[in-house]
Amino acid sequence: MAASSHPIEERQGSSPLTNILLRQEVILFLILILAVTLLALSSDKFLTVSNILNQGRLLTEIGLVALPMTFIIITGGIDLSVGSILGVCAIVLGYMWNPSGPFQLPLEAAIIVSLALGTLCGLVNGLIIVYIGVPPLITTLATLALYRGLAEGISQARSVRGYPEWFFQLGQGEVLGVPTQLWVLVFFVIVTAIILSRTVFGRSLYAIGNNELGARFSGIPTGLYKIIIYAFSGFMSGMAAWIFVSRVTTTRSDMGSGLELDAIAAVVLGGTSIFGGTGSIVGTVIGFVLIQLLKNGLSLAGVTTDGTIVVIGTVLILAILINNFIQRRTNAA
Amino acid sequence: MTATAKPVPTPARRDDTGNFVSRLISIVSSQEIILLFVLIALLASVGSANPRYVAERNFINIFNGNAYIAVAAIGMTMVIISRNIDISVGSLIGVLGTISGTLAINGSPIWVSWLVPILVGALVGAAIGFMVAYLRIPSIVVTLGLLSILKGGLITVTSGEWITDLPEGFFLAQMKTPAFSILGLSIPAIPSPIIIMFVLTLIAVLWMRYSQTGRAIYAVGGNAEAARLSGISEKRILMTVFILNGVFVGIAAVLWATQLSIIQSTVPPGLELQIITAAVVGGVSILGGVGTAFGAMIAAILLSAINSALVFIDISPYWFRAVVGILILVTVLADMLRRRRTAAASGD
Repeated sequence: MAASSHPIEERQGSSPLTNILLRQEVILFLILILAVTLLALSSDKFLTVSNILNQGRLLTEIGLVALPMTFIIITGGIDLSVGSILGVCAIVLGYMWNPSGPFQLPLEAAIIVSLALGTLCGLVNGLIIVYIGVPPLITTLATLALYRGLAEGISQARSVRGYPEWFFQLGQGEVLGVPTQLWVLVFFVIVTAIILSRTVFGRSLYAIGNNELGARFSGIPTGLYKIIIYAFSGFMSGMAAWIFVSRVTTTRSDMGSGLELDAIAAVVLGGTSIFGGTGSIVGTVIGFVLIQLLKNGLSLAGVTTDGTIVVIGTVLILAILINNFIQRRTNAA
Repeated sequence: MTATAKPVPTPARRDDTGNFVSRLISIVSSQEIILLFVLIALLASVGSANPRYVAERNFINIFNGNAYIAVAAIGMTMVIISRNIDISVGSLIGVLGTISGTLAINGSPIWVSWLVPILVGALVGAAIGFMVAYLRIPSIVVTLGLLSILKGGLITVTSGEWITDLPEGFFLAQMKTPAFSILGLSIPAIPSPIIIMFVLTLIAVLWMRYSQTGRAIYAVGGNAEAARLSGISEKRILMTVFILNGVFVGIAAVLWATQLSIIQSTVPPGLELQIITAAVVGGVSILGGVGTAFGAMIAAILLSAINSALVFIDISPYWFRAVVGILILVTVLADMLRRRRTAAASGD
């Protein structure tokens, strides 16, 4: 895929070959292959088509949220509220539709309301960050509490079940032998990869992350672009909520708790600098695939879910350490 | 300069000498004072609607309930002032609390089971500090990874089993001062967490304001380059900050572990968020360089008061987090507006 461009690294003077080899994506891809080989050796259930496809089902929600997160982190921002937006969108979807609730909308309308709400939540984040100047970390920390609180307040800890059969096609069905939601994820991966690497908008995000003031002085509407990516992040959290509800057939207010950490881990693991200015969609995709395959492979190898979390945390820190080390070597050379 | 031990009235705030009015405004609009007013207003209004809210027992519970959060928020205050963040504190409290309980049921002397978690906390803090200061990994990434490691590691080791049969004398957080009366005034029994919270906050505020190292934290967070040029070692300060943060988290963990007769050896969900919230709402500037532990303590008590108030005015506790979110937003907005006004007034 033609999605990886590193404005910073390309400027460096070392030979093209070492440049390619030392890219975070390439290193990560090698780690991915190594991990897959080791996991395949430890369990013969791991490298089967049905298992891999099933893992695709499970990683879609994290993937959908990690894509706009890549945009946001490239601009030097962060969005901690994505898991809470997912929660409130899921709750509102069920609440609007609930045949014994106050609204009783058709399910299609409830889905639209839920997606609109997600976008609105993200828009609010963007407006506060851009117009009031509150740092993204603090803004989205506040809305993390606020949106989760709305989900809990609206639901009063009651779940909504009993959706019609067609609704489950997205989260549990297949199209051409592949889980439906995986098509959705692939679609958004391609769209976001093209936007980031081939459009003025996408390239501007790098400029904002490298030097926001400079970007503004060269005519980039930095405020507008930032608002757009936070709203997009909210919309994608809404998409993830829709798929999540369809996959697990119920709504609960704690849905998506901790999703932000998984998404950030995937993005950072994928080579996007937390300080902004560098990163790519390809890296993020390898990041979330690696995390999901590690989770799955380790659990097949008999490691508990909690043991898996330890491995992922360690991998995250090690990946950044190695990346920092390599960056310093290349900068010194 | 901030690096000297000379007493400075309020950290990093302009001194409006001679102008009584602007001085008064700067005192009144100080975040800690505002929070104190909000707290008193809340206690008074809910108390008048339902007197049981401010009756002795509930009143003490409000102060007692979040004392361990206030203690952890002291460390978080320092971390945020130095322009860093630690999102692993909730998991660390779970781990250290479990260590404390495990030591106690295996026959260690009580003081050992209180001291070891604090030392381990300092060690973990040193590890974080090393990675942030020397290996230059952003603190959010380090603590994000550590959060997973601690959380997963804890449940893997303990399988989430509760620790019961804790020895008598272990329950530090349940101890109280004796009630007594003086001059016809009856002083109720004060639970130890309240005393620990007040004493530690007082020490931290004085240390941060008057000691050379304490001042240096503000300098590093306010302007790292200027701090470096004035001879402050940023690396050493960051190490100090994270080690101290580990110590405060350790103390908070002991208070958390000793408050009930059992210890659920899991990570309390969302705890790090409450601690960060207390620090931020307490007036630790979101842009680094400003803030006090006193504000964080008031904010922790305020959060506890809000939580309790919801019950007494018959609002579902499920709305608690929404109220907290709005509270953070409002205080942050107030902080931004105040900064703009200060900037405009000084002609920047």
